[in-house]
Amino acid sequence: MRKTLAIFEKEFKSFFYSPLAYVIIAIFTLITGYLFYNLLSWFVEQSFMMTMQAQQYRQAPPKFNVNLHLIRGYFGTLAFISLFILPTITMRLFAEEKKQGTLELLYTTPITELQVVTGKYLAGLALYIVLLIPTMFFMALLFIYGDPEFLPVLSGYIGLILLGSTFIALGLFISTLTENQIIAAIGGFALSLLLWIIGWGATFTGGTLKPVLEYLSILVHFEDFAQGVIDSTHVAYYLIFTIFGLYLSLKSIESVKWRT
Amino acid sequence: MIEVNDLTKYYGQKRAISNVSFKVKKGEILGMLGPNAAGKTTAMRILTCYMPPTAGSATVGGYDIFDQSMQVRRITGYLPENPPLYTELTVKDYLMFVAKIKGVEKDKTKAEIDTVIEKASIGEVRNRVIGKLSKGFKQRVGLAQCLLNNPQVVILDEPTVGLDPKQIIEIRELIKNLKGDHTVILSSHILPEVEQTCERVVIISEGEVVAEDTPENLTARMKGGERVLLELEGDEKQVKEVFRTFPDVTAVKVNKTAGGLLKVEVESKKDLRKDYAQALIVKKIGLLEMQSDKVTLEDIFLHLTTKEEAA
Ligand SMILES: Nc1ncnc2c1ncn2[C@@H]1O[C@H](COP(=O)(O)OP(=O)(O)OP(=O)(O)O)[C@@H](O)[C@H]1O
Ligand SMILES: [Mg+2]
Repeated sequence: MRKTLAIFEKEFKSFFYSPLAYVIIAIFTLITGYLFYNLLSWFVEQSFMMTMQAQQYRQAPPKFNVNLHLIRGYFGTLAFISLFILPTITMRLFAEEKKQGTLELLYTTPITELQVVTGKYLAGLALYIVLLIPTMFFMALLFIYGDPEFLPVLSGYIGLILLGSTFIALGLFISTLTENQIIAAIGGFALSLLLWIIGWGATFTGGTLKPVLEYLSILVHFEDFAQGVIDSTHVAYYLIFTIFGLYLSLKSIESVKWRT
Repeated sequence: MIEVNDLTKYYGQKRAISNVSFKVKKGEILGMLGPNAAGKTTAMRILTCYMPPTAGSATVGGYDIFDQSMQVRRITGYLPENPPLYTELTVKDYLMFVAKIKGVEKDKTKAEIDTVIEKASIGEVRNRVIGKLSKGFKQRVGLAQCLLNNPQVVILDEPTVGLDPKQIIEIRELIKNLKGDHTVILSSHILPEVEQTCERVVIISEGEVVAEDTPENLTARMKGGERVLLELEGDEKQVKEVFRTFPDVTAVKVNKTAGGLLKVEVESKKDLRKDYAQALIVKKIGLLEMQSDKVTLEDIFLHLTTKEEAA
């Protein structure tokens, strides 16, 4: 446990020692902030117009659901941006070690491959949570100026973290395959994107393939979270893929050791 | 302490080492000598459990490198050819990290780090970022890492590469001081290093052990040949002929100096200095200087690791 923590801590620190960290955080915050502002403006404008219309026709002012019209959309946006940003976090996790030759240290000290993989995965996840913190401030604004429901926000974040966890585990696996960080990032992105778009195929296929494709789609599983529902089948989906990614990473570094 | 039996390693089709066997006693310093691509790094990587051998077995401290790799790793400190450093960390953070993954107990960590910092003389850079250190200091940080947790077995892959002469001497001293408390294997293709620091030498060439002995014994074994250096004044061709008349002479090398003199190296099966002197006088060749040259390990090395016979 202490060794896993040591790996975790080292990854976390290393990340913040490189300028890349600040670039990633800045970009993520800027984009998510900008999109939040847009969504908010759109929402305010819509509710204003609707209220005006209602007044014209002397009806009761309609109730606008912040959760339904704003928060849900915003979580979808966050998931989408995460798809792009997470490979930049995971790309260095193993590729860098390979490049610097530090695997020779890790593999000759009494630490297991599982501890290495777990420590790195947890570091990736922690970094993702750090990335999400600014968006929580944006959300907090809604609570200050309006009164959205809290639970869907909470479940939305849980969903995001689970989704991130899947992307991180898969990105980690890709990172074990190469010593080139750019390739690791592109590969991680490609694999994540595949999970993202695989459900689209469901629209055009029928038969037995349809439910399979739908099940595999990472988006389908995310929608409920953004609506405040935590369904165990969705949780299971993310956990399965996370474990799958970690398992592949483990096997990959074990086999690399065997081959060379 | 270390027993290596018939280790063989293939990289795909390429054989890197074959049937390498040797033993190292507790507290001993063993030198592994060999030219580039001899297989030194490969052998060390197998001993440190970085990768498994294709065939053969080895034990370190009584533990099998394959079945008990965690125990082997626990008692072994390893400095790879390229020091495995996280360049973005400071020296202190790096050593702290290594101490943790090596399983140094929490309350001993600080003292342990201070010890290795002192041993490797890196106190002045302890708070600097590793990436910004000079090559020599990086090497020392690697060495400090290797000594963390006071390993019984220390394996050093070309520990003095890239250091300046003063640092080389310091590192050699450090290695010599490890003797007794630690069992050490170090690799090198710099002969004086092995000669000065090691009690026993294994010479590897093209993946095979070609000799194993103490530096003194190896020298003696090579003493089948006597080597004499002469400085002569005369005709090059004539000089060569003089030495060729002796059946016991195995090799003659003649170089012209700038001043028109001849520097001659003669190797023979026995000591023929008196006979040389006489023969040269008869032929009226000026004999300016003659000295017997002790065969150095360097010759052995060349002798044992070059394919064609030196003669
Ligand atoms: N990962 C690898 N894949 C394929 N071949 C390799 C690999 N590592 C080493 N070799 C080959 O194995 C042989 C032995 O290499 P090794 O690195 O063990 O030599 P060395 O004695 O350490 O040489 P040097 O003095 O240059 O460090 C070489 O021919 C080398 O090309
Ligand atoms: Mg080598």
